[in-house]
Amino acid sequence: MTATPTLERRAVVDALLDERGDLLVVTGLGGTTWDVAASGDDPRNFYLWGGMGTAVSVGLGLALAQPRHRVLVITGDGEMLMGVGSLATVAAQAPGNLAIAVIDNERYGETGGQLTHTAFASDLAAMARGAGITHSATLTTLAEVRAFRAHFTRVAGPHFAVIKVASANAGMVLPPRDGVLIKHRFKAALAAGQRS
Amino acid sequence: MSNSTEFDWPAAIHRVFKQQGVRQVAYVPDAGHRRLIELCRADDEMRAVPLTTEEEGMGVLAGAWLGGERGALLMQSSGVGNCINAIASLTRACQFPLFMLVTMRGEWGEGNPWQIPMGRAVQPVLETLGLRVTSVAQADDVESTVSAMLGMTYTTDSANAVLLSQRLLGAKAFQ
Ligand SMILES: Cc1ncc(C[n+]2csc(CCOP(=O)(O)OP(=O)(O)O)c2C)c(N)n1
Ligand SMILES: [Mg+2]
Repeated sequence: MTATPTLERRAVVDALLDERGDLLVVTGLGGTTWDVAASGDDPRNFYLWGGMGTAVSVGLGLALAQPRHRVLVITGDGEMLMGVGSLATVAAQAPGNLAIAVIDNERYGETGGQLTHTAFASDLAAMARGAGITHSATLTTLAEVRAFRAHFTRVAGPHFAVIKVASANAGMVLPPRDGVLIKHRFKAALAAGQRS
Repeated sequence: MSNSTEFDWPAAIHRVFKQQGVRQVAYVPDAGHRRLIELCRADDEMRAVPLTTEEEGMGVLAGAWLGGERGALLMQSSGVGNCINAIASLTRACQFPLFMLVTMRGEWGEGNPWQIPMGRAVQPVLETLGLRVTSVAQADDVESTVSAMLGMTYTTDSANAVLLSQRLLGAKAFQ
């Protein structure tokens, strides 16, 4: 599409999660699960290891149930494309506490780097806007990523950002893989946070 | 479209949802769910979440559980086919509770041949995915069945479906 992206995906995710406070995080299967684990395992991360296309929906149900917490979905372009209708579902509910960041390498990185539709003609930020998410942008610098992070913690959303990153595979950093464990420790961390 | 004038079963389902603390009602519409959807939409204690495809429901209800809320998912039998991987790879893999209320097509008195294959597949597919499936054909069985299956869903973290037969709903007329 435009210039070849140079942002390194791990640096982007580190910037999104820097001093995260009470941020609740949902990842998409594959690359973003490894990125978020690489940034530091945390019980308030709900890592998806499957269910391609459902990350935004999980974030939506959580954001609706926990309106006092910020919820950030960090997912891949391929995962987002598979569940793209969920952006319309988010817009209909308009949860002010939900933000979605798509780590867009224009590839199905996890399965061998095949090109996704964003490498051809598709603009996910425009699709999100068309779905009704007005706070929607494409980011290409770390300064923009930091501004997005500051923006969605201050201003009511929902927010959507496509972050263009280099296609280099960053390698696997594995969080716990037992979904039952991930789910229970997430809920326990949330309950502990609400008590304190 | 209800042929069962003797008992307002959608109101009974809505009452059970309230009694059991259902907060998020996710759905793709079907004619048989029309009144229940209206009741849930009109209820300030519930959030009605229209979906673009049924598989979003697995995500929404998983997220609701993580955030401490109970949910229910309404769909037509065709929608079961749209959500197989999400049921298997999210709901079942993480053992999230799931309560599905499915209005049936492709059985009792069906007039549309395009509905037959998925209608026939619903129960075996859901059972293969590890759900318990209970069918209701009589209006006065609806309340007790929904109450029992919804309660069981959240006390045992299990996945359950109640199928509402066309015998209850009335077969759709094509003329
Ligand atoms: C329903 C389904 N189809 C295909 C796959 C195989 N698969 C696993 S990860 C993945 C690609 C994910 O791409 P993206 O979301 O862009 O993440 P990236 O690895 O590029 O960061 C695919 C196609 C799958 N797990 N589930
Ligand atoms: Mg990708």
